Formats: sequence, C-alpha cells, structure tokens
Amino acid sequence: MRATSPISNSIVPRESIAANALTLVIGIMTFLLCLTFGAVSLVSDTASSWKNDIAREVTIQIRPADGFDMENALKTAQQIASGMKGIKSVSIINEAATARLLEPWLGAGLSLDELPIPRLLSVKLKQGERVDFDELRRQLISAVPGASLDDHQAWSDRLNTMAGATVFIGLSIMALVMSATILTVIFATRGAMSSNQHIVEVLHFVGARDNYVAEQFQRHFLALGLKGGAIGGVMAIFTFIIIGIWTGQNIATPEGDQVTALFGTFSVGLIGYAGTAVIVVLISFLTAMTSRRTVLRHISTLDNK
Amino acid sequence: MIKFENVGLRYGMGSEILRDLTFHIAPGSFQFLTGPSGAGKSSLLRLLFLSLSPTRGLINVFGKDAASLKRADLQDIRQDIGIVFQDFRLLDHLTTFENVALPLRVQGREEASYKRDVIDLLDWVGLSDRLHVLPPVLSGGEKQRAAIARALINQPKLLLADEPTGNLDPTLARRLLRLFAELNRSGTSVVIATHDLGLMDQFQARRLVINEGLLQIYD
Repeated sequence: MRATSPISNSIVPRESIAANALTLVIGIMTFLLCLTFGAVSLVSDTASSWKNDIAREVTIQIRPADGFDMENALKTAQQIASGMKGIKSVSIINEAATARLLEPWLGAGLSLDELPIPRLLSVKLKQGERVDFDELRRQLISAVPGASLDDHQAWSDRLNTMAGATVFIGLSIMALVMSATILTVIFATRGAMSSNQHIVEVLHFVGARDNYVAEQFQRHFLALGLKGGAIGGVMAIFTFIIIGIWTGQNIATPEGDQVTALFGTFSVGLIGYAGTAVIVVLISFLTAMTSRRTVLRHISTLDNK
Repeated sequence: MIKFENVGLRYGMGSEILRDLTFHIAPGSFQFLTGPSGAGKSSLLRLLFLSLSPTRGLINVFGKDAASLKRADLQDIRQDIGIVFQDFRLLDHLTTFENVALPLRVQGREEASYKRDVIDLLDWVGLSDRLHVLPPVLSGGEKQRAAIARALINQPKLLLADEPTGNLDPTLARRLLRLFAELNRSGTSVVIATHDLGLMDQFQARRLVINEGLLQIYD
C-alpha cells in the first residue's frame, strides 16, 4: 500500500444509478426536442419556399375577340410588362404549350384557331423588388383590349394563411415539448440530487461555504447534462441525416416524390443543426442551475437561523 | 469561549424542550453532557454548533453574539468547532485519507500543504494502515476514529462529540476516551454528549446534566 496518494476522487460521486438515469432522461428529452425543432425548422423553410415560389410569378391573360390580332396583342403586352420595374422576364406561352395545358380537358390535337381560347404570358419577378401591379394592370387594359393580370393574390393569401397556420402549429407543439423537457429535466435533477443530500450536509458541517458546495454539484450536473444532451443531440442529427439519405435515394419513387412535394429535399439546414447545439447547451445549463438551486435550498434548511 | 445566558429552545409551537440554560464552556475545559434519552442533548449540541437558533436568551461564541452572525461568519466559526456525529457521516465514496482531509479541502487548500498533517493525525488515531480504505470496509470503531480525526484536522478550539462511544465495545470506548483526554491536554475544549455512566466514571470531568429541559452542572 502506498503511504500517500493524491486526492483523485471527486467530492460528488461520478457514477451512481440516479446519475445514469438522469443522463438517460436528458438524452431522451433532448432527442425529442431536437427532432421537434428540426421538424418545425423544416416546415417553416418549406412554407417560406411555397410563398416565395408563388410570389415570384404572375400571369397575363388575353381573351380573344372577333377581328382581334392575338399575336400583336401578345407582343404589346410583353413589351409593356418587360418595361416595368421589378420584372425579370416575360415569356409568351406558345400555342403548343397552351394546347398541352388544355389537353386534359379538351383532348389531343387541339387547334387554337378553331376555338376562342385565351392566351397567356408568364411573367417572372425579380426577387426582393416590389412591382407596381396596379400600374401594370392599368397600362395593359388601356393598350390591349381583353387583357387581364392575375397576380395570384387570392391564392397567395390562402397559401400564406395555410403556411402561417402550419408554422404556428409546429411552434405550439415545440413549446409543449420544450415545457415537458424543462419540467422533466428539473424533476429528474431534483430526484438525482436527493441521493446526494448527505454529501451536502457533511460538506456544510465541515465548514464548506454555500457557494463552494453549490459549485461542486453544479459542475457535476453540468457534465451530466452535457453528456445526456450530447447523446440526444447526436442521435437527432443522425436521424436527420438518415431521413435525408432515404429521401435522396427515393427521389424517383412515389413515396419519395410525395415527401419531396411536401418538404422539398429533406434537409434541416444550418439552423436545424445550430438549434440542436443550442438545445444541448441550454439543457445542460438548466440541469446545472437546478442542482445549484436545490443545493442552496437544502443548505438553507440545515441552519435554522 | 462559549457562553449561554437564559437560553430557551422550542420547535415550532411546541413547549420548550430546553429552558433557562446558563453556562460557560471555558477554553481548555472538558465536560460530559448527559441526561436521559430525549432530554435535549442533541439539540444542545446543535445550539453549540450554531445549526439551531435559540427561541430566547443569548449565545456568545468566541466573543461574538450568535444572533448577529451572518451566514459567512457562521462558516468561519464552524472551522473552529469540530463535530463528531453519532452516525459518523463519512462519505462512502472517499477514502479514509480523503474523508479526514475534507475540512481542509473545502477551504481550497492544496493537498501538498496538509498531506503530512492528515497522515500524522490518522497515525495518532491508529488508522495509519487504513489510509486508502473506503468507509464501508472500516469497522465501527475505525469509522468512529476516522470521524474524530476529521473533526480534529482543522485544530478546532472546541470539539463536540455526540455519543461517540455509542457503537463501541468498552475496550474501544476507553481507548477513545484517552484520545479525547489527550486532545484536551493539548488545549482543545471538549464536550462529549453521552448517557454512558461507565464512560463518565472513568474520567474526572465536569458534568452538564439535562433533565426535563433544565440544566444542572456538577463541577
């Protein structure tokens, strides 16, 4: 036996059943919270892209009339629209493309000359620039009889409302999961602390200052929180990557197309990964602070001063 | 060193369990605190250790009024008072050496500065061959001596011991009593709470007897 040995044991025991259970609880709750955050981040990004896609294009429709020179009217409308600020490009939907659009209703081999079919111009907008649709509409109507501008406002409004509702529901679910996580971590930490109360008492009675005792436990529980949080966070990131790979591999299948139609490419993005890291840090901090508070409260009951 | 003047104590709204206690613990003194079970010995020890506040009366500790002490002062004063609990209260995950060194470690001192003192003290209490053993492996007597060593490592001015021989056989109890006597000769005041009359008969010392909340002193 050695005559002396350096003090190597931590004042707070490193391993215990309660500590392992707490690590597991933190891991599970972090995993669930990160998954929820990733899902909300994905839904939010997708809703935003829906809105952007529809807001980047408007349509000019020209209705035919007797003796009306449709080709000339289309060119006039193209010139007017191209001259407006904020317009990126204006393209005339040609006859063949128009026929394809109508094919599901009117059948193949349609001749547009035989029917009074309206013609369309697709107008692409520059991102981030406002277009004066009222002025465009006024110029079109005055120069081209039968012209009308569809800026998709009604459709855009409905989509905005739907996207907003989807994000709101996602955020509400996240708030619930976050509340459940916070409460679970707090109560699990208190439970783990209760098995260490005798250590708090001994340290207090051998003359340790309150802050010293609190710091010992705070450090220990911060490490537990980081360990559990890292396990949950890494599992969540692993899950994002697996789903991303799965959707990538199924891109040409009906299942993959369905997922892609809803969520685009399944990628939580930088915000999703950064959010996961923030969640891990916050949960560790919450664990440490709960242990500190529990220690200080217990100490205050030891001295009936 | 410690003065009690007309001290009374009650828990909550109950009746007073200690009444009109007036006494003085002098520097370098040795006293037994005795009385029947439930008489209030442990409560009086807690008052001496300042972990309880009296409901009335004055306690003066090392020249300071206990009622006016702040929490930080309290911890400073506790470093001058060693306490040995009846149930030892050793930390099972720390070795004997680490348990005894704990009061110095919590002061932020480096191990090198006290290693020799801890080893010497453990040698003095007869535990030099149990330095690196965890408490669950120690016998009752060894645990008791380790608890005493922990209470003494800070070289306290006052040592309080609650039933220190309660779990020991008579031979070991006599040995512990000699340890306390030797400590007292080196200048530390000692208060031993016990109801072991045999133990008290072995050492001529002042007796503080509590009965039905009242204190009688036999010098």
